[in-house]
Amino acid sequence: MAIASARAAPRIAARIDWWQGSLMALLLVLLIAFILYPVLRVLSISLTDDENNLTLLHFLNFFRRPLFREALWNTLSSGFLVVLFSAILALPMAYILARYEFRGKLLLQTAATLPLVIPPFVGAVALQLILGRSGMVNLVLMDWFDFSIPFMEGLTGVVLVQTLHFFPFILLNTVVSLANVDSSLEEAAQNLGCHGIRLFRRVTLPLMLPGFIAGSLLTFIRAIDDLGTPLMLNYKNLLAPQAYLRITTIGMDDVDGYVVCVVLVMLSLAALLAARKYLSLAEYATAQRAAPVAGKLQGINLAIVWCVIAMILGVSLLPHIGIIILSFSKIWSFTLLPTTYTLSNYHEILFRVPHFVVNTLIYTLLAAALDIVLGAAIAFLLLRSRVPGRNFLDAVATMPLAIPGVVLAVGYLRVFHGWDFPGVGAPLTSSWLILVIAYTSRRLPYTVRACYAALQQVHVSLEESAQNLGANRWRTFMRITLPMIGGGLIAGGLIAFITSCVELASTIMLVPRIELGPISYGIYLYMQSPLGRGAGAALGVVAILLVSAGTYLTHRIFGGRAGSAFRI
Amino acid sequence: MQAADVKLESVGKRYGDQWIVRHVDLHIQRGEFFTFLGPSGCGKTTLLRMIAGFVQPDEGSVRLDGQAVNQVPPWQREVGLVFQNYALWPHLSVFENVAFGLRERKVARDEIVRRVGAVLEQVELTGTEARRPSQLSGGQQQRVALARTLVIQPRVLLLDEPLSNLDAKLRVEMRLELLKLQRDLGLTTIYVTHDQEEALALSTTIAVIEGGQVIQQGTPREIYEQPANDFVAAFIGQSNLIAATVEQAQGQSVVVGIDSADGAAKFALTLPSASATPSVGTAVFLCIRPEVIEISDRGAPSEQVNRLPANVIASAYQGAFVEYEVATLGTTFKARVANPKGKELFQRNDAVMLSFAATDAVLIARRR
Repeated sequence: MAIASARAAPRIAARIDWWQGSLMALLLVLLIAFILYPVLRVLSISLTDDENNLTLLHFLNFFRRPLFREALWNTLSSGFLVVLFSAILALPMAYILARYEFRGKLLLQTAATLPLVIPPFVGAVALQLILGRSGMVNLVLMDWFDFSIPFMEGLTGVVLVQTLHFFPFILLNTVVSLANVDSSLEEAAQNLGCHGIRLFRRVTLPLMLPGFIAGSLLTFIRAIDDLGTPLMLNYKNLLAPQAYLRITTIGMDDVDGYVVCVVLVMLSLAALLAARKYLSLAEYATAQRAAPVAGKLQGINLAIVWCVIAMILGVSLLPHIGIIILSFSKIWSFTLLPTTYTLSNYHEILFRVPHFVVNTLIYTLLAAALDIVLGAAIAFLLLRSRVPGRNFLDAVATMPLAIPGVVLAVGYLRVFHGWDFPGVGAPLTSSWLILVIAYTSRRLPYTVRACYAALQQVHVSLEESAQNLGANRWRTFMRITLPMIGGGLIAGGLIAFITSCVELASTIMLVPRIELGPISYGIYLYMQSPLGRGAGAALGVVAILLVSAGTYLTHRIFGGRAGSAFRI
Repeated sequence: MQAADVKLESVGKRYGDQWIVRHVDLHIQRGEFFTFLGPSGCGKTTLLRMIAGFVQPDEGSVRLDGQAVNQVPPWQREVGLVFQNYALWPHLSVFENVAFGLRERKVARDEIVRRVGAVLEQVELTGTEARRPSQLSGGQQQRVALARTLVIQPRVLLLDEPLSNLDAKLRVEMRLELLKLQRDLGLTTIYVTHDQEEALALSTTIAVIEGGQVIQQGTPREIYEQPANDFVAAFIGQSNLIAATVEQAQGQSVVVGIDSADGAAKFALTLPSASATPSVGTAVFLCIRPEVIEISDRGAPSEQVNRLPANVIASAYQGAFVEYEVATLGTTFKARVANPKGKELFQRNDAVMLSFAATDAVLIARRR
């Protein structure tokens, strides 16, 4: 008896795991084909010489050329400066937001998320109009004092634009960190006689530091990944634009482009690994109870806070104002404000060439839907199965965080160019599908995270009790799991949607034909000529509206925890 | 549905090289209230989940009404499980939580309304149908979980520490309710707990489990009064365990000797009629429950055979009884004495006489 049933037991175990195993296999094939392999291909090309031998010669050449050394230095220093200035903006705001109640708090919170809704390269154009050489501010300065300030020249402009766009990442991460500091930890310190600045320095600061550092590293990754801003400001000596220019002007066979790509990945990967380490450090401080609200702000303090709000609100709204004015202008150059206003820009992009908007909606919604399905499947395998290979799956699904858009695009061009993809009837790179795939891959880590967090909330016993009462796996999923994680899935999809709407780096390299381009590509094209800038700005406004709608919905679903969506 | 009997036939489960349970043979009779009792991590929940189908045994088989169910998925076993954390679905109302299993069985709508109404009445929750689980108190949530399981009329009712999340007073109330309900419905019930009081109060049979193995199986009285070894004696209730050696044995009459640095003593015992005569020289534990020990003045007369001078080192007045700790023979004895009503209590450092009857102590085997 015992022998017979002992033999029976493994059989049922194998039957249950069979479909989980197939799901794992399918996911691994997809992730390897569209994430891991293209990047490895880029790496292998940078490491082989003409005779297919392994070599480090290309990397030696990279460091020998002053141009590349300078690009590397510029990338590192501008990334560092963006983080520094963002932190200076974000830290006081984060502390005030997390620890004080005051009139106008909601306004400050809203102001803090506004920069996120404008794509950085759109912001770059708008800031040119306001702070540029012949922008509003400098025209006034020239008029009155006969001098100008080169806000937007060279690296200064890049750092300025990126700081204004990225500081909310540090802000949100730090606020979440602060909110997660268990109040009993501070109370214990107070009980032992520690208070005020000492309490902050000895307890609060060390506990929030990991979240802040992680946010900073994420900001660094995003900053060095950003291709649009330097291109729009016509500053080319950074790694991302160098890789782009190498591949697009010299060609797919130029090894230097691949080497630049690999260096970029190395930088992001190092930052990502460090960020993960710090975030895992942060977990011990997770709140049991809500963090204390230190008090109400009144009198002089409230006035100071309001000045800060006004300043940040003012500066972070500059790009929005600029782009809206530009979208209604017919001609705007060398004048304080446009001389003639018109609606023709909107007519152009909505009726004459509506495909930019239409394409964007198709691509991003499709990518978001794919991300939800993949994210849910990956989260399921990670949390609910014992199939081997889960760590590898997790690692590959997280990888895109550290793969700059340029690098992924270069990998795709290299791997999928020149052969007919089964089922497409043409090379993948000449189909719009490549854009959907790129967006899906790039945003996958966000949805996996959202789905993982949502599924983690559902205790296994909630599913087991359904099965115990007669529901099979499928019915359990439909009646219990899905209703409970639905909000998380949609929020994850929205994040993918928002960020794909404004994705430029991979877009400009992968768009097969003009009429297949999305909004970001349209903006880039229009902005090349002074006459097209109005229409480009109108597209920018459409992008802002799409992102705003998505952000609003995310906040509705995530509630106060929206900030956590931007963590790793 | 008809209540079923449950058989575990030398079942085993391991994670990696570690056997969580092994060689477990148990037969739970139809209509019985059977308790798996053991410390946390002993494998009792694993056994319960094995019966529910959430754990696949690596060895042996689980039988319901004689039929092996190893291959039957959880949703076809008709075995109701009440989870320790209740596992109520937060997105469904009380009514929908309870109706869940009936909907899965495609029961007609008016029949569902009738049966859910009936079971909610049974657990005294009528009127809460529209509420969400989060709007209920702990005790109410517990009863929803019970109702949700009872409504499908399971062949076996499995309860995984169902009272552990309730406060002490509510726990005792729920215990009685559960007992009435189970006896009324005649359900085969398997109850997992680490609370020996609960186990003694509820069960018809108890299986004491430790390290993934059944140490002793029997009625509450057998388990309490004749523990199989020192682990059972110490785990169930309080007991004074003293290492002793059998010095004389004749039929049920035994004399054991205790040697310690602080003196020696001999006790005469009368074993229960069913037990075998131990051989002279065997190392055993003498197990004396606190409530059989009498504490009296040194000079007071007593008819007890076994007497031992001792000193009080602590006394705790508990209302119905007084708990003493007395020192003698280099160890301490716990004694639980009924409230002496009006008479003085003994105080710390009082010299007293400890005594117990020949039939009130048992010998148990040493585990190692």
